[in-house]
Parts: sequence; structure tokens; C-alpha cells
Amino acid sequence: MSGPSTYEPKTGIERWLDTRLPIIRFGADLLDFPTPKNLNYWWTFGGILAFCLVVQIVTGVILAMHYVANADMAFNSVEHITRDVNYGWLIRGIHANGASMFFMAVYIHMFRGLYYGSYKAPREVLWILGVIIYLLMMATAFMGYVLPWGQMSFWGATVITNIIGSLPLVGPAITTWLWGGFAVDNPTLNRFFSLHYLLPFVIAGVVGLHIWALHVPGNNNPTGVNVRSKQDTVPFHPYYTVKDGFAASVFLLLFASFVFFNPDGLGHPANYTPANPLVTPNPIVPEWYFLPFYAILRAVPNKLLGVLSMFGAIGLLFILPWIDTAKVRSMRYRPMIRVFFFVFILGCLLLGFCGANEPDAHPLPGGAVGAFLDADLNSFVWLSRLGFLLYFQFFFALFFVGLIETPLPQPESISSPVLPQGAAASPEKKG
Amino acid sequence: MMRKALAIAAAFGFAVTAFSAVADTTAMEPKDVHWSFEGPFGRFDQEQLQRGYKVYHDVCSACHSMSLMSYRNLGQPGGPFYDPKYKNPNDNPYVKTIVKDYQVPDIDTDTGDAIKRPATPADTFVKPFPNEYAARASNGGALPPDLSLIVKARENGKRYIYSLLTGYATAPAGLKVPAGKYYNPYFPSDLGSAWTGAGKVPTGGFIAMPLQLTANRVTYDDGTTATPEHEAADVVAFLTWAAEPHADERKDLGIAVLIYLLIFTGVLYASYRAIWRNIEH
Repeated sequence: MSGPSTYEPKTGIERWLDTRLPIIRFGADLLDFPTPKNLNYWWTFGGILAFCLVVQIVTGVILAMHYVANADMAFNSVEHITRDVNYGWLIRGIHANGASMFFMAVYIHMFRGLYYGSYKAPREVLWILGVIIYLLMMATAFMGYVLPWGQMSFWGATVITNIIGSLPLVGPAITTWLWGGFAVDNPTLNRFFSLHYLLPFVIAGVVGLHIWALHVPGNNNPTGVNVRSKQDTVPFHPYYTVKDGFAASVFLLLFASFVFFNPDGLGHPANYTPANPLVTPNPIVPEWYFLPFYAILRAVPNKLLGVLSMFGAIGLLFILPWIDTAKVRSMRYRPMIRVFFFVFILGCLLLGFCGANEPDAHPLPGGAVGAFLDADLNSFVWLSRLGFLLYFQFFFALFFVGLIETPLPQPESISSPVLPQGAAASPEKKG
Repeated sequence: MMRKALAIAAAFGFAVTAFSAVADTTAMEPKDVHWSFEGPFGRFDQEQLQRGYKVYHDVCSACHSMSLMSYRNLGQPGGPFYDPKYKNPNDNPYVKTIVKDYQVPDIDTDTGDAIKRPATPADTFVKPFPNEYAARASNGGALPPDLSLIVKARENGKRYIYSLLTGYATAPAGLKVPAGKYYNPYFPSDLGSAWTGAGKVPTGGFIAMPLQLTANRVTYDDGTTATPEHEAADVVAFLTWAAEPHADERKDLGIAVLIYLLIFTGVLYASYRAIWRNIEH
């Protein structure tokens, strides 16, 4: 569907260049790329994410000019940036909140892909590359959070690296290797800084592959129906540059309100105390975008099984295209799986809520109601186990529901739901 | 049924729970106080910052350092002693007067001897103790925390510090207060082990800092009556400013950025409507 190139070199120099390095053709084809005309606003997050990556790299490179990766100086160098560097407070505010915005956008992007079946054939590789980007983002964000070397930086790093230590036989050796010593210390900070600078460029590379893999089959769309004719598509530019631009601008309003009016709202107060290996903050909580996985880790009573569940929660996404047995892509026409999908989202939110709280604390007023097995029933331990079920049920549902459900009638083509003659076939009208 | 329950119990049983028991840390909800600098449109009150600096200088600085602050910061735009006549805070007469009171350790470059020289506006606030050990030795083993970021480093920082400073209370009967410690219901801790009375364990904890802010502890230059509440509110204002000296500048720029973005978003929306005008979708 990407089709033959429509670019025609008009000047002599363009013709000359086109036979040597067809870079103008490459750009022109990207701009002209036929895109389904029915993409809704959930599709604007791809562009928003590309924007986020650029923002993080640009602000990050500037921060690296002033940051000192040394356990004795890192904390003060970050404060120096916010106090003494011209507009350093702004650059740091954008970078720190940008990470949260990046994750917010990526979660919406992923949920969109799940709902509309964007991971299904022929887009499996596109989806898997996306999961790889997500994993790289998590690694980058985790190491970035360690760099200010506050209490939460240090103890977060300690907890997460210790997770690796729970692997049988090789765990402790790998942990020592990761730390560059026998505890999280200066060598750990230095290598985290090095990798935190490296990984965004790896992400940029995989994003390139992700976009390449997108341009082979072309975009999925809210109906999940394949593009049939030219009538179904519009050129990417100007139609989607302006729509994505508008959405990105709305996104920026939210971004700016955090940066300028609540720059520490998504952070944790403990990270404004310099790292101290002798004092453990209580509780140790990761950044909000890791909370669901943290809750999965703590929901399982066995440490190793907890770690495996946590990695499994993401690992399952890699094989998602082969777990799902349904032929129909979009959940718009799959009323049954849609219920399981919303339960799954509820599970993600519930796990996030649990991850932010102490396991033994009571989610419901009234205190302890009596222990069941290893924990009180009115505790975040059991609530996160409920979340655990709501999360993992979805992957079973994708397999079994696909075998039994009867999908709703789908439109003939992308154009038919909005054209008068096809109006009867369309159960809803989406813009 | 029983067998099934046992099987589930066994399945969980081989796994040792790693969850440590949570200490029942309690603290009283901070008092509901407000300042001029709250919210997107709130700005610092320069006179309050000056009074707050005076409280820090006359009271807190005897034990608490502010290692991230330099004297010049006091005269920078937004600071307590900023004067538009002196763009360079190093020339600010207030700052120059303040540094006259301080001597800082240095090395005599002619002899190599350790000496003290007069402080300059570029120097960081002189620390009350040469090192952590000296600070602990003078404070019954407790370390007075650095106050540069204290407002950001505590949950609900402003109200917490205000409440702590004004919230000292007589320990309820049955609470054994250790020597050299003071009961404060706002200081988060678990008092279970010190409680011998009947009923619920009291909230709060023991703090090594005695009550500091009493009536007329400082004499304000502007004639404001120095009640404990006033002193606490003023010093919290100063500490909030010190934790983020560019906060006012941040909000000013933020309002401009949001107005710009709102207009830009409107323009983009209009363009979107115009470009998609003829596309049925």
C-alpha cells in the first residue's frame, strides 16, 4: 500500500541528486504517504511520542553539559543547574516532567494498539519493535531517575538492581557486575549516566525501524479494515501533519502546566534529600509509570516468581500477535473482548494504585479484617493480587474469546461507514 | 474443600513473604495555613522574605546550615533584598552589609597557613558546624538537617514545617519523653514503645530540637509584631523561596507560555478544520 513513489524531480540538481542519493524522494514519499482518512485522535500519539523523544534528547544533551556524574557532586550539580544555570530550572523541569509525559503518551499509544488490533498481521514486527522501544524507555527512565542521586534515586536503584540478584545461581554475580562493586555507589552512577546518554540514541534507531515497519503495511485504522482504494486514504501531509500538530499542541498545554505550575508534582519529596546509604526512606516507591509492575512484583509471595511475573507482564506483549486468535482486528466489532479489555485497563490502574502504597496498609477504612493465608484481606497485598488477576486475565481472554465470540458486522471498506450508501452498515459514527 | 484450602496455603507456604512489618508511623495532619506565593498567580512577598531571612539568621542558623545558598542569592531578582538599582547582586548594599558579619576559612596563598578571611557575596552561607560530627556532638547526637531544600524534601513541606515549629505540645501523661528530646505531634514517628498510658498511642514523635519560635524571639525591622505564628509563617516563606529561588520567574513565564500555546492551539485547530473541510471522514 505504500505504493510506487510519486515524486518527480523538477530541477536539474534534484534529478542529479535523485540518481545518487534519493533523499528528497525519501522525504517526499514520507510526506505523501497514503494514510487512512478515518484515523481518530488516539492515532496522534505516534507523532507526539516522536516529539517527546526529541525534547528529551535536546534537553538531556544540555543538562549533560552541566551535570557531574559523581556520587559526591551529582546532587549539588543538579541543584546548580536549577539555581545558577540560565534557564536551567526550565531545562530540568522539561526533562524531568518530559519523562512522565513520554510514558503517558506511550501508554495511550499502546492501549490504542491493543484496542484496535494494531499488533495483528501484517503488523507483528511493527508491534514487537514498539515493545522493544518501550523496554528501552523503561531502562532509560530508570537510569535517569538515579542520576540526581537523591534518596529515592539511590534506594530505587538498590531495590531494582537487587531484583536481578534473585535469579538463581547467576543473580548475585550479575548484580555485582551491574553495580561495579558490592553496593550501589559511584561506579554505578557513572555507568548509569553513560547508558542514560547512550540508550536514547538506540531508541531513536529503533524508532526509525518502527516507522519503517509502519510504512510497509501502512497504518491500521479504527475499523481495522484494510485500505481498499485510494478513496480510503489521504496524503500524510497536510492532513495528518495538521491533525497531529493540533493534538501535539493540546498535549503541550498539559506538559507546560506541569513544567511551569507543578514541576515536582510527579516526583517524590525524598529525592530532594541527598542519597544516604545508611538511611532508608519509607516507603521506597518508583516513578508512577513503573508502579503497576512494582505492584505485580510485590503481589507474588516468592521473590523469584514475582520477578518472573513482572517480566512476564511485559514479555507477554511480544507474543501477543500469536496469542490473539481472532481474525477481526478492531475491538469496535468485538463486543465480548472489549469487556475484558476494559477490565485489563482497570487492572493496570488498580496495580498502579497498589504500587504507590505500603503492602500492609489498608485500602478500605476499618483496618484489619483478618488474615487470609499470608496477609490481611484488607491490605494492598490482596488488592494487588486482584489487580494481578485483572491484568493477566486479558491474555487468556484474547486466546479463548477469539475462538468463541461472534464479531459484529464490519464495514466493507474504510469509506463505507461515512458514505451515505454504507451508512446502514455502520453501528457508530466516529470522526 | 478443606484439602483445597490446604493446597493453596501450601502453595503460598513455601514462599517466604519478604514484606517487612510497617512501623505505625503517625503524625498530626498539618495546619491549614496559606501564603501569598501559592498557586499559579501567587508571588512571594518581599517584605515577608526579609522577615523570614531574619528569623533564619537570628534563630535557625545557629544549628542549621543552608549549603546551597550564597549571600548573593539574597540580592538576586526575586530575592529578599533585591533592588532593581543593583542588577548585580554582588553590589547590593544589603548583601554587602550581611557578609560583613562573616569570616570564612581559606588558605593564605603566601604562607599556606589556614586562615579566616572576610566573606564575600559569592560565598555560600557559613555553616554553623565544621562537619557532621561536630553538629551531632552539639545536638545530643541528632543532626540538624540542611535547610536549603527542606520545603521540597518533606511531604506537604510548607504546612508541615509551619506546624512543626508552632506545634510543640505538652506530652500526654503516660508518654515517656527521653532526655534531650521534645514531644511534637507533627513529627512523624511511632511512639508505641514510649507509651504506657491507656488508649491510643499519641500521634507524632520526639524531636531533638526544642521549641524555638516564641513571642518576640526576633525583633522585626519593619515593626511587625513577632508572634510565634508570624515568625513561623515568615521563615517558611523564606525557606520556600530558598528551595526554588526561580519559582516566581517560572510562573511568570508559564502564564506567557500557556497564553501562547492556547492561541497556537486555536490556530492549529482552525487550520485542521480548513484542510479537512472537503474530506468526509
